[in-house]
Amino acid sequence: MANTLKLEIVTPESKVYSEDVDMVTLPGIEGEMGIFPMHVPLMTQLAAGELSVRKGGQEFFLAVGEGFVEITGERVSILTDMAIAAENIDEAKAEEARQRAEARLAEKLDDEEVAMVKATLDHSLAQLRVKRRHR
Amino acid sequence: MPSTRDIRRRIKSVKSTAQITKAMQMVASSKMRKAQLAALAGRPYAVLMNRVILSASQDSQDFVHPLMEKREIRKRGVLAVSTDKGLCGALNSNMAREVMKLDRDTTVFVTAGKKGAQFIARTKRMLAAEFLYKDAPVFAEARAISKKLQEMFLNGEVDCVDVIFTRFVNTLTQRVEVRRLLPIGETQMLLNETSVTSQPKAEQEQRATPEAGGLEHLFEPGAEHVLGAILPHFLNFIVYQVLLEAKASEHSARMVAMKNATDNAKQLIKDLTLEYNKLRQANITKELLEITTAQMALG
Repeated sequence: MANTLKLEIVTPESKVYSEDVDMVTLPGIEGEMGIFPMHVPLMTQLAAGELSVRKGGQEFFLAVGEGFVEITGERVSILTDMAIAAENIDEAKAEEARQRAEARLAEKLDDEEVAMVKATLDHSLAQLRVKRRHR
Repeated sequence: MPSTRDIRRRIKSVKSTAQITKAMQMVASSKMRKAQLAALAGRPYAVLMNRVILSASQDSQDFVHPLMEKREIRKRGVLAVSTDKGLCGALNSNMAREVMKLDRDTTVFVTAGKKGAQFIARTKRMLAAEFLYKDAPVFAEARAISKKLQEMFLNGEVDCVDVIFTRFVNTLTQRVEVRRLLPIGETQMLLNETSVTSQPKAEQEQRATPEAGGLEHLFEPGAEHVLGAILPHFLNFIVYQVLLEAKASEHSARMVAMKNATDNAKQLIKDLTLEYNKLRQANITKELLEITTAQMALG
């Protein structure tokens, strides 16, 4: 059986990542999950946060937004609305987005807008968290 | 026999038409590039999402989400995606042809785009709702449409929902397609076509073989919860993708139509100019002839 996982990360805008990796740690909605090859098939929701990938002794980090994950023994498919590699995160921009979102939340909004602003806030927080941890 | 002045006038009017079509062609082609990129960029997401849903729906036999419930089809809901403006070749009439095939009494329409709504109204079919979408479709527009469709399905107003739209194949080819949206599970047909045209082979093979050993998926935190979250999102996204495809098709079709119009106008100008020159020459010859005859008669 394969001893690597095929990790696919896709966002509505593009295919961000598609490679064979050794291990994936992802922020599930019920807590962090480490996925090794031969994992039982599983479907879950993804929370905004940090996703780390181990490949050949090296580790990569990505900031991801909410989404869905499908895991099979040899494959991890991640559908999310945001995925940015740690080195591509623009901290100043994320910080600015966070502040804007927080300011917007203070205003009166209907439910749909609140959900949207919250999502942006989560995105920027996830980016900031990843960036600050891996400096 | 038209006079030289008539011909001159025609040339002028054809020229200004050519100018307009040329300008429209330019506008369409710049919009087309953007729309095409957007449509193509969304496809991998749609394909992967499709695969995820497919395996998820197979593995959750004990739980049927309301959006996946199969019912006997008495009323059909159809989402007809058209353009807002004309002058885009056969796009809208192709769609209209598909609409004509549907049974008038048992089909309820929801439209996106003005032309479709006009057509449904003109042919006196049932129109439940009418939506507009912008030149660059945004997700919120798709969400509004998909929300309406879901409501109709869940209320039992309709027993299935189809979508008629033009899929963007390439700049010269756009194809009208009818696909099932609801109940989900039959939806898998929706994007198969896409994978054939745009996905590399390996991807297709991977899609073709069902997950190894047919192991059942676990759901965390539970099938109900996960499916409840992913299915509406899936629909929203599919509708969004459909809008993007429709837009890409529209701009491509318009670009081609306008290019043809410009070419035709140029050809017409050429022919008219030739005719004009001939006529002018004939007039001169005639006048010369008259002058010489007059002189001979006098002399």
